[in-house]
Order: sequence, then structure tokens, then C-alpha cells
Amino acid sequence: MSQAKVPVWVNVGLIPFINIVLAFLVSGLVFVAIGQNPIEAAGYLVYGAFGYDEGIGYTLYYATNFIFTGLAVSVAFKAGLFNIGGEGQAYIGGLGVGLVCLSLDHSMPFIVIMPLAIIAAALFGAAWAYVPAYLQARRGSHIVITTIMFNFIASSLMVYLMVNWLKEKTGMAPNSRTFEENAWMPYLHNMLTPLGIDIGDSPLNGAFILALVCCVLVWVLIWHTRWGYQLRTLGTNPTAAKYAGIDTAKVTIWVMLISGGLAGFVGINEIMGVNHSLLLNFTAGYGFAGIAVSLMGRNHPIGIVLAAVLFGALYQGGAELAFEIPSITPEVVVVIQGLVILFCGALEHMFKGRIEGFFIRRAAAQEK
Amino acid sequence: MFDTLIIMLDATLRVSTPLILAALAGLYSERAGIVDIGLEGKILGSAFAAAAGAAIFGSAWIGLACGIAASVVLAMIHGFACITHRGDHIVSGVAINTIVAGLTVTLGLDWFGMGGQTPTLSGDQRFTDITLPFADALRDVPVIGQIYSNLLSGHNIIVYLAFLMVPVTYWVIYKTRFGLRLRAVGENPHAVDTAGISVAWIRYRALIVCGILCGIAGAYLSTAHNAGFLKDMSAGKGYMALAALIFGKWRPVPVMFACLLFGFLDAVAVRLQGVVIPGMGEVPVQLIEVLPYVLTVLLLAGFIGKAVAPKAVGRPYLKERA
Repeated sequence: MSQAKVPVWVNVGLIPFINIVLAFLVSGLVFVAIGQNPIEAAGYLVYGAFGYDEGIGYTLYYATNFIFTGLAVSVAFKAGLFNIGGEGQAYIGGLGVGLVCLSLDHSMPFIVIMPLAIIAAALFGAAWAYVPAYLQARRGSHIVITTIMFNFIASSLMVYLMVNWLKEKTGMAPNSRTFEENAWMPYLHNMLTPLGIDIGDSPLNGAFILALVCCVLVWVLIWHTRWGYQLRTLGTNPTAAKYAGIDTAKVTIWVMLISGGLAGFVGINEIMGVNHSLLLNFTAGYGFAGIAVSLMGRNHPIGIVLAAVLFGALYQGGAELAFEIPSITPEVVVVIQGLVILFCGALEHMFKGRIEGFFIRRAAAQEK
Repeated sequence: MFDTLIIMLDATLRVSTPLILAALAGLYSERAGIVDIGLEGKILGSAFAAAAGAAIFGSAWIGLACGIAASVVLAMIHGFACITHRGDHIVSGVAINTIVAGLTVTLGLDWFGMGGQTPTLSGDQRFTDITLPFADALRDVPVIGQIYSNLLSGHNIIVYLAFLMVPVTYWVIYKTRFGLRLRAVGENPHAVDTAGISVAWIRYRALIVCGILCGIAGAYLSTAHNAGFLKDMSAGKGYMALAALIFGKWRPVPVMFACLLFGFLDAVAVRLQGVVIPGMGEVPVQLIEVLPYVLTVLLLAGFIGKAVAPKAVGRPYLKERA
């Protein structure tokens, strides 16, 4: 087939790169449209994200959330499923973390609370993904729609629980009480101080390490286990998967459980790591951003880490940018995020045919 | 009691209006085979453009035109990605929603400098309520007069337009040549192609209609229902319209009733906010708010009837090459 003549680096490297460049060029036009110099703005962005220790810490703290949700989306993508419910799964995962911390922080040491909180985050997130997964696998209802619905259901459920049950009695705001310190995920700057390394104070915490561990585990799971092979077969060709005797319904459900569990880990970073109390809306769009991260990272853990750091840098740099130029809102990074989804996702085939054609013709010319 | 019911039904009509417009917009799109989860973004984009247009030009009608234009542009981006470049419909929809969520606030702050809002609209900048003929004279007639004067009269023109669009959509979809082709494209694009009709062009036209209707829905939010644009003011209405579209099984009249049901639930939730029922305590309003989504999931699960989507929905059409 002619496909074989296209060098691998074109499909894995060149085409995604062109798409990203295009997304950033259009983002630049947005800056021009609001009367800002895009180069200058990019300068503030980069400085804010990487220019000093605290900035790097914040960038990696945001990246932690993006790694979790990006992995969640990509695991499902690999099996041909679109999990758009990362937002809700992260929300409920955070609920699990909060419940563990609130019930055990008076009686248990950190070493007991931490594993339990991690398990709770995964279980709660997975549980929230289970119903859409079951309905997709056994009853044929479309997972995109059901996961969207479950985002809204999660949001209402959390409001109900916070206002009626978990709110601190004394306060007006729908927040729980602050956890005792033994239920806090330690900050990375505190962990590194005894080693004589000073990285400046930032919200970056142990969840970042968990995120990196998850990347390795996902990589092993998808590319180096029999089960991962089933998953990828399902994603590439569901009919062939069924023909080969793979229980597609079972794989579908398990994939979504893992995806939901990964999304739930956002709760570890946000609730246990930073806020130290249960509160509303802590997911702040990270679940949806996971779609952009996984598209940009080409559904591979290494790509996802890079994309997550880039988005983390955009969030942190965007805050810096809004501080330097008051007529710009931090929301401008949401536009960039959307453009990345558009160009790397929806329009990924825009140049594919032409670029591949170029290399096919060149290869044919060389053969002559 | 009767008065309360009238007030709640009145609120139902107001809340249902954008849902009906957006759900019908989705109906055109999905019946033509294009999944559109970008309804939310189109509504939000139009709400911003309409409020900005109305604020700058001083006319709600110019605002409406701006809103529709913005929404159609977004629909065309969706079409460019999904039809021309055979991109994933869901990804494209998510992209549009995300871009609009950020862009409205960014442009709003730059243009008006009010933290992303538009100035408060008043007078001609808004669609005002219309009093139907004889509404004042009939107000004192029991039941019928009350229904006519208090429930049916006294809405702005977009509310009436939305309900008018239901029979119009029914007629277009089921009784016109365009409607027949549109449904065919959503079920079996190959057949349409074989008949020598351009699949892409039909789908683009469906998306233009979708854009116009979403544009009206957005303009309703910012220039009729409210007096200006607020950040994220669509607040999930596009997704709820999508739920209503599924709940109404992709047919105009049932879709309208689904929207009315969801609107009524919203009115009930607002009404019961903070109400204490003896013995039960405060009514959990969130439980009512969440019902539209729960009902839709139950429907999708096949527990109440069965929702069957147009067969070719979400699939890019690739013309075979020699």
C-alpha cells in the first residue's frame, strides 16, 4: 500500500507539529485582535511558567491535573471510547478523597490515610464511570451522551452533599472543615528541604509523583500486557476484536473503570494536596482539558506528560500574563486550549493527505 | 393554587424557549448525520455577540443579527472540520465549546472592560414583552382569561417564534424535498449520493439552519431573558437541549414536549428553593434539577422506550474513489 512509503516521522512528528504550530499561530491572531503584541505576551507566558522556581512549581502543579485527566481520556481513546466525563469522575474522585480525610484525620497517621485516599479516589472515580460504561457495553447507549449527563449529575450531587451534609457548621461557604495536617499530601518543597534542595514554595505536592507513576503503569498496561493488546484491538477494529474472541463488553467496562479512576486522582492533587478541605468546583475544567492534552500527546504517556506540562505552563503563564497586562483575562489560555483541540483533533486530517502525497511522490521519484 | 400554577407555567415557557430553539437546531444537524455537542458553544457565542451588537448599535434586532452571524460562523467551522475534513464530530464540538468559553470573556474584557460582561442593556437594546390583543380586557375572565392574559400574553417575540418553529420544523423535515434529503443523508448518505445529490452541501445547509436557531437561542438569553451578557451564561443549556433532543427521539413535537418538561422541572426547582415541607425538611432542589439528565440516561438505557439515533450520525461520509 502507498501508506507504507510515508516515513514514520511524518505521521508521528511532522503532521502533529504543523497542527500545533497552526493552533498557536491562530492564538497569536487572537492576541492581535485584542490589540496585544503576541510575541510580548508569549514572553510573559514563558517567564511566568518557567522563569523562576515558584513559577515552575505552579506549572508542574497544574500539569499534575492534566496528566491525570489526559491519561484518563487517552486510555479510553485507545479502546475507541470517548470519555468526556472526566470532569464528573474527577469531582466524585475528590469526594472520595475528602470523605477518607474527613473521617480518618483525627485518628490515623498519614501513612494509613494516604493509601486509603488514593484507593478512594480511584474507586469513586471508577464508580462514576461504571454506569455509562455498563450502559455502553450492555445496553448500547452512547457513552459520550451518558458521560456528559453524568457530569451534570455529579455537579448537582456535590452541591447537595456539600450544602446539606458536609458543610462546616460555622461557616457560610459550602466548604468542609480543613483537614488535620496528617491528612495533607506533603508539598514537594517540604519533601526536598531535608535533602538540601530548595525549590521555592508552590502547591506542587506528592500527587505529581503519583501522576508519573500512573504514566508508567498506563504505558505497561496498554503496550505490554495481554489485556492491553485486547484493549488496542478493540479500539482499532471492534469487529476483529469480537471475532478473535475478545469479550468486548468486559473490556469496555474495565477500560472505563481505569479511565474514571485516573480522572479521580485529580482529587488527590486538589483536595488532599492543595485545598485541604472538600469544596465545590475544584475540578475547574481539568476534565475537559484532558481531551486537549490527550489529543496533543497523541495518546502516549510521554506525549501526555509533555502536553500536560505545556498546558500547565499555559495556565500558570496565563495568570502571570493577566497580572502583567490587566486588559487580558486568564481565560485567554482557554481559547488556546480550544484551538489546540480544533487543530490537533478535529482538523488533524487537514494537511495529512497533501503532506503524505508529497512524501509518496518523492519516494516514487527516488525509485525511478 | 391556580395562580401559582399559572406563574410556574409562565416561567416554564420562558425557560423552555432557548431549549426548544437549541434542541430544534440540534435536530436539523443530527437528522443530517452531524453530531453537535457544540450547541452550548454556539448559544454562548451568540449570546455574547447579540449583547455586544445590541450595546454598540442600540438595537436588539441588530444584536440578534450579530448573534445569528456568530453562531453560523461557529456552525461552519464545525462543518469544515466534520464534513470537509472528516474530523471527529465530538472533538470538533468540544473544541468549539472551549474556544467560545474563553473567547467571549477575552473579547468582552477588551471591548467593554467590565470583567468580561457587556454593559447592561435597556430600552430598544432588548426584546420587550408583547401584550397580545384583548389581553387586558380578558384579564378578569376566570380561567380562560387568566390563561390567555397571564400565561400566553406578555412574552417577548422570541418566545412566540420558538414555539412557531416547532410546526415549521415539522413541515420542513417531513413535508419538503429538503427535509426528505436531509433525513436521507442522516440515515443513508450513499443512497443520496447515488441519486446525484451532494451529501456535503445538504449537511452544510443543515448546519446553517442549526447555526441560525442556536443564534436566536443565544440572543434570547442575553437580550430578552436577561439584560446583557454574563460569563458562561449558557450554563449547560446546550447540553440540556441535547438531552431533550434525545428524549424527544429526534422528532420535533416530542422534542418540544421534552423541553417543556425540562423547563417545568427548572421552574419547580426555582419555586421550591428553600421551601420546607413539614416532616421532610428542606426540599432537595438539586434532586429536581438533576432529573432531566437522569431521565435522559434512563431513556438511553432503554428503561423508558428506546431512543434510536439517525443511522449515519457521527460518521464522516467518504465518497468512494475510483
